[in-house]
Amino acid sequence: MTKYTKRLDNRGMEETRPIEAKAGVIKKADGSAYFRIGKTTAFAAVYGPRELNPRHMQNPKTGILRCNYNMMPFSGTERIRPGPSRRSKEISMVTEKALQPVVNLEDYPNAVVDVFIELIETDAGSRCAGICAASIALADAGITMKDMVAAVSAGIIDHQSVVDLDGEEEHIDEMDVADIPIAMVPSTEEITLLQMDGKATREELLKSIDKVKPVLKNIAEIQRKALKEKYRSE
Amino acid sequence: MTEENLLVKDKEVVVPGEVLATGMSYLPGSGTYRLNENVIANRLGLLVIDGKVLKTLPLAGRYLPKKYDVVIGKVIDILMSGWRLEINSPYSAVLPLKDATFSYIAKGADLTKYFELDDNILAKITNVTSQNLVDVTCKGPGLQKLKGGRILFVNTHKVPRIIGKKGSMVSMIKKATDCRVVVGQNGVAWISGTPESELIAVNAIKMIEEKSHISGLTDKIKEFLEKATGKTVEIEIPADSGPDNEFAIEEEHHEHEEHRDERSYERHGERRYEHREYRSRGPPREYRRYERKE
Amino acid sequence: MNEELKAHVNETLKQGIRLDGRKKEEYRNIEIQTGIVATAEGSAMVKCGDTQVIAGIKLEVGEPYPDSQEDGVMMVGTELLPLSNPAFESGPPRIDSIEIARVIDRGIREGKAIDTKKLCIRKGELVWTVLIDVMPINYDGNLIDIGGLAALAALKDAKMLEIKNDKVVIGKRTDEPLPVVSMPIPVTVLKIGDNLIIDPTDAEEDVLDARLTVSVLDDDTLCAMQKGGNASLTTKDINEMIELAIKKSHEIRKKLKEALK
Repeated sequence: MTKYTKRLDNRGMEETRPIEAKAGVIKKADGSAYFRIGKTTAFAAVYGPRELNPRHMQNPKTGILRCNYNMMPFSGTERIRPGPSRRSKEISMVTEKALQPVVNLEDYPNAVVDVFIELIETDAGSRCAGICAASIALADAGITMKDMVAAVSAGIIDHQSVVDLDGEEEHIDEMDVADIPIAMVPSTEEITLLQMDGKATREELLKSIDKVKPVLKNIAEIQRKALKEKYRSE
Repeated sequence: MTEENLLVKDKEVVVPGEVLATGMSYLPGSGTYRLNENVIANRLGLLVIDGKVLKTLPLAGRYLPKKYDVVIGKVIDILMSGWRLEINSPYSAVLPLKDATFSYIAKGADLTKYFELDDNILAKITNVTSQNLVDVTCKGPGLQKLKGGRILFVNTHKVPRIIGKKGSMVSMIKKATDCRVVVGQNGVAWISGTPESELIAVNAIKMIEEKSHISGLTDKIKEFLEKATGKTVEIEIPADSGPDNEFAIEEEHHEHEEHRDERSYERHGERRYEHREYRSRGPPREYRRYERKE
Repeated sequence: MNEELKAHVNETLKQGIRLDGRKKEEYRNIEIQTGIVATAEGSAMVKCGDTQVIAGIKLEVGEPYPDSQEDGVMMVGTELLPLSNPAFESGPPRIDSIEIARVIDRGIREGKAIDTKKLCIRKGELVWTVLIDVMPINYDGNLIDIGGLAALAALKDAKMLEIKNDKVVIGKRTDEPLPVVSMPIPVTVLKIGDNLIIDPTDAEEDVLDARLTVSVLDDDTLCAMQKGGNASLTTKDINEMIELAIKKSHEIRKKLKEALK
């Protein structure tokens, strides 16, 4: 029996915080997006395909994807020193791996598609918000991609599966909390990002992944809608 | 068996991952793919239903060089064997000496007499290798250095709309503003006239970009031009195809271009000119791109 | 520098209009919003045409500088985020972003926008540190002015934090505003050929000959200046540019006051 029967902010167990998504928000970029889940707010800009420097990184068979995740200094409780940290470098890498399986870069040999993600405000789930924003931005830039990539953190609090942990839930002391960021390709249910912080049994983990799938499909719909909205008003 | 169902309408905006049709009777064309029993979009585009074939016209994306495209490039480097141009693409183009002008250029001549850094040139793509090395020529009707004026970057996918059928849209803008207007397939437009009229032309083009998928666009632009210039504007389809209009004609190229010429005319430090008779029949050879001086 | 483009810009300016149709002294449309980042102690977003900037304030406690034991500490940081413009690359801060940060800083510091004496908790031991970060989301020119404006709006929006046992209580905001006592408005004037323009776009900045940034207080006193660009300025130029900057600062000050109501 679990002690966590009601969430701290009264949400349903499988309910995400309110989501807002917009495409085409950064004019100078080839593609861009804004993705907000609860208080966590991410901007993503895509520049590319463009020339890749340094030369030795060029791949004559295909373009490459390069992701850069960064948190603005005022986006957390304490000020974050500008510049890449070990954490941001790791997140940049897993973000790239999360998006790689859907993009088709063979039409752009020797070129690079640069994705820049900036977090304006964070309250847990920032890497997932970044991936969601990046996915919209890539589509907005006209990059060929099989599908969106939707991401959210699944969680297990005192053996109870929940979806979209917020900052408060992440820091619960008295119970076991597992934070499981997941990214998925909605049409095939392939998982492209999977990480975990915390303890969980195998069954709990699999159950968690199962519970989060429909949520991710819903997020993908929100992402696609954001793209269409951009053209509707014109 | 999945029901045969078309889930979207013609000319609708579709996005990656969107299921366009279920069942096997619809066929995936460009911009779509099949996954199990579904046809799915794989880029942001405008859906075109062509009988049973579903394809999309891309709405966004940077220009990728195509043979025979007429483009506006900017000189970014002067090589020993020609000029390197930036063509608003991840790939730059090379204008070899022999294709610069109909007059003879002597060895060791000062190349800046012909084209200097930052010059804008209207050129035609003569070759694109499999790695997107691009050659262009400036020898041809209407191809030339574009002096003065201003450059406007536009969405390369909107260029056909900006040019219009047989150049009618861009002609209308030119007549109304009395400006010279040239639109390259690579999303670069050049406009030259008085400062006020250039601005009107720029705004007209921007309007076309924004409203490109709305019907009745020609009338809207005509209205805008009349208001801005105070002149009456006529919509006409130009009968003649003089030099100014050649590149305004869409899709003049050759659909079945099977053989790609893999050699690029860049030679590192050499100025040899390949003659067709000596083309080898071996597999395409890779040539080292000329190192750009940083 | 692109000589042909510059010549063209000069030509159009001679007719009194700019590439985007504005007059030489005309600002683009300015929008100011405050309180947009909950994790920051104060924040603001300013849009000026296509340029969009977010400024955020973080407060910390620490030791004062040895030569000003009774004053709080303040610092302005800026990054030319690669997100905001295709020309910006990832990597350590380039001199451009350092200059922008320092010029904005100079205006705020020398204009005594913050009453640093009020930030002293215990003389010589504990003072408040105000960290102002100015981040462009979309860069289309004029970051010094827009960033400076965003920093001021964020400062006005900022509220003090609670401290307990010489440490900041995380997440506990008070109702007490940060002591902001003046508003030095930075105005950058560009010289292109013989023309002076205000609020340049990215493209106009590329063809500038020289620029002069002037920070103006509400009684028209100047508190900071910075000249940039490769060309030199005559005294006449400087005079005209300062006059223009003062005139324009009134416009901006009014806009800021409106937004802060």
